[in-house]
Amino acid sequence: MDLFEYQGKQYFARYGIAVSPGDVADTVDEAVAVAERVGYPVVVKAQVKVGGRGKAGGVKLADNVDEVRTHAGNILGLDIKGHVVHRLWVERSSDIAKEYYASFTLDRPNKTHLGMLSAQGGVEIEVVAEENPDAIAFLTIDPVRGLDLESARRWVSEAELDEVAREQAAQLLVKLYECYTKGDCDLAEINPLILTPEGKVHALDAKVTLDENASYRHPEWEEFRATETEDPREKLAKEKGLNYIGLDGTVGIIANGAGLAMSTLDVVNQVGGTAANFLDIGGGANADVMAAALQVINSDPKVKSILVNIFGGITRVDEVANGVLEALKRVSISSPIVLRLDGTNAVEGRAILAPHLNDRLMTEPTMLDAARRAVAFANA
Amino acid sequence: MSIFVDENTKVIVQGLTGGQGRFHGLRNRDYGTKIVAGVTPGKGGTDVDGVPVYNTVKEAVDATGATASFVSVPPKFAVDAILEAAQGGITFIVCITEGIPAQDEAVIYNRLVEDFPGVRLLGPNCPGIISPGKCNIGITSGDIALAGGPVGIVSRSGTLTYQALHELTQHGIGQTTCVGIGGDPVPGTNFIDCLAAFQADPETKAVMMIGEIGGSEEERAAEWIKLNMTKPVVAYVAGVTAPPGRKMGHAGAIISGSKGTAQAKMEALADAGVHVCLNPTEAGEKMVEIVKAL
Repeated sequence: MDLFEYQGKQYFARYGIAVSPGDVADTVDEAVAVAERVGYPVVVKAQVKVGGRGKAGGVKLADNVDEVRTHAGNILGLDIKGHVVHRLWVERSSDIAKEYYASFTLDRPNKTHLGMLSAQGGVEIEVVAEENPDAIAFLTIDPVRGLDLESARRWVSEAELDEVAREQAAQLLVKLYECYTKGDCDLAEINPLILTPEGKVHALDAKVTLDENASYRHPEWEEFRATETEDPREKLAKEKGLNYIGLDGTVGIIANGAGLAMSTLDVVNQVGGTAANFLDIGGGANADVMAAALQVINSDPKVKSILVNIFGGITRVDEVANGVLEALKRVSISSPIVLRLDGTNAVEGRAILAPHLNDRLMTEPTMLDAARRAVAFANA
Repeated sequence: MSIFVDENTKVIVQGLTGGQGRFHGLRNRDYGTKIVAGVTPGKGGTDVDGVPVYNTVKEAVDATGATASFVSVPPKFAVDAILEAAQGGITFIVCITEGIPAQDEAVIYNRLVEDFPGVRLLGPNCPGIISPGKCNIGITSGDIALAGGPVGIVSRSGTLTYQALHELTQHGIGQTTCVGIGGDPVPGTNFIDCLAAFQADPETKAVMMIGEIGGSEEERAAEWIKLNMTKPVVAYVAGVTAPPGRKMGHAGAIISGSKGTAQAKMEALADAGVHVCLNPTEAGEKMVEIVKAL
C-alpha cells in the first residue's frame, strides 16, 4: 500500500524522524488555517500518489494568506497525470542548504536489506544512478543483525555528506531503518533529506510503501486504508475482500491464484481481447467469494463478457460452481459467462452447472478455448 | 530419480491439527507420502486419523527420524515454526503459508543461511513439492501429476504449477519432480537451486520453468542456464499484460520502474537458449516435441 506524502510524514514522525511542521487541508479555508498556525512562509503541496508534482504546478510557496488562498484554490482539483488533487499538505517552508537522498528497500536478488544514500538528492535517484552511480553509497544490511549507529556513521562518511550533517543524518538513518523494519515498509524513502543553513537535518518529503501482509500487527494502518483507492470497482472489491485491480478492457476476468489470473489476462490479449480487470479469488474460495467476484465484475459497465478460469487446488471446483449459481440468483449478470473448470472436484463442479448451461452461461474445456469464446462475445 | 524428496522421505506436519493442515496432510498421506507425525504445541499425545501428534518438532524428530516438515500454520506463527523445524533437526522445510510479512521472511531466510546452512526452505507461500508416485508435500492435487519422468517442473506460481502439470500429464508426459517455489519476495528456494538439482538428476531429461513478473530471479536463472544447463528448458512467464506499479496478487509480482517486466525476462531466457512460450498450453506442446525427440 502506497502512502500519500502526508501519511508518510506522519508515519516517519512516529519513529522520531524530523519533518517540517504542517497539516493536511481539504479546502482553501483549511489550508489558510494551517498556514496561520505553522507560520509563513509555507509550502502548499498537492497530495497525489504520482511523481512530478512540482512540474505540474502542484507544489507552491506562499508568503502570506492571499498567496495561500490563490495556490490552494489552484491546486485543489488539479489533474496531475490522471490523479485529481483532493487534499493538500501545508507545511512551514524550509531554507535549504543541501539536498540528500536516503532510502531502504529489500534487495531481492541478495535477500538482504539495501540502504541507498546520496549527497546528490532532490532529483530522481534513477537519474543519479544512471548518470553518476558513484554518487550513491549502497549499504547491504543483514536483516538478522540490522543497522547500528556505528555502521550508519561510516555510511554517511562514505556518502560524503557534509560534515555538519553527518551525526544527525546517521541518527536519522537508524530511525528510518527502524521505521522500515518495525514499521513493515517495502520502501521508506526520503528525497530530499535536507540540511538547512542553520545546520539541521530533516525529511522534506516521504515516500512509503507498506507491506499489507503485515497489516495484522499494525492497527494504525486503518486510517491509511480509508484513502487507499479511488476506483469505485476497487473499493467494492476491497469491501468484499477480493484481490482486484481495475483495467480498461472489456473481458471481465475471474481466476484462482495470482499466476493463473495474470496468465488469463495474457491469453485474452493473445486471442485479440482486452481484460477489464485482474481478479484473483485466492485459494479456498467458496460460493460467497465467487458470488462477490461476479458482483464486482458486473458493476463495471465496460465489461461485455466474463471469463472464469479455475484450476482447483485448495479451491474446490464444486464450490466455485455453486458460487456461480448463487450469484446468478442474487444479481442479474448482464454479460455472458464462459467458464473453464479443472482440478480438484472439477467433475462434480461441471455436473452442478450442466443443467443450467445456456447461451449466457457456458463452459469450455481449455483455457485457450474459453478465452477465445469470451473474447468473441466481447468483440461482437 | 527425483529431487529433494522421494519415497523414503519421512515428513512431519506442523499444524496437522488445524483445518488446512489436516486436510492436506492426510491427503499427502493418502497419496503415499510417509507422513509420520504432526506437531502442535499443547496437543502432544493425541493423534489425527492415526498420525501421532507431538508438542515439539524435536520430540517428533526423535521419535520418528523425520527429515522433512510441512509447515501449515497461520502467518503470525509461520516464521517461528520454520525456525523450530530447523532447530529440531529437520533439513527440508516446506512452508505453504500465504501472507507472511516480507520483513519476517528476510529475517528467517538469513537466520537459516547463517545458523542452519544444511537446511533447505521451500516457500513460503508455495504449493509445495511433488515427486509423482513417491512423495507429495503441500497442496498440489496428486492426481494431476504423472509418475515416471522425464520432465522436471519449477514454478513461481501456485495455480500455474497445476496448469503446467496438467498440460504435461494430458499429453502422457510424466514428471520427475515438480517444485513450486512460490511468489513471495524472499523465497527460500529459487529457480537456480531447482535447475541445478534437475541438471544433476539423471532421470530428468528436460525442464519446464514457469516464471512471472517482478524481481530478477528469471534473469538470474537465464544467466545460470547459459553457463551450466545442458538439458532443454521450456519457459513461460506470466504477466505480459500486467500494468507497472500494481501488485498482481503475489507480494513479489510487481513491475517496478523498468525492471521486472515479463518481456525482459522472456528475452533473457530466450538469449540463454530456453524455449520461451507465450502461454502454458504452448509450453506443454513444446515440451511434447522435445520429449519425443529425446
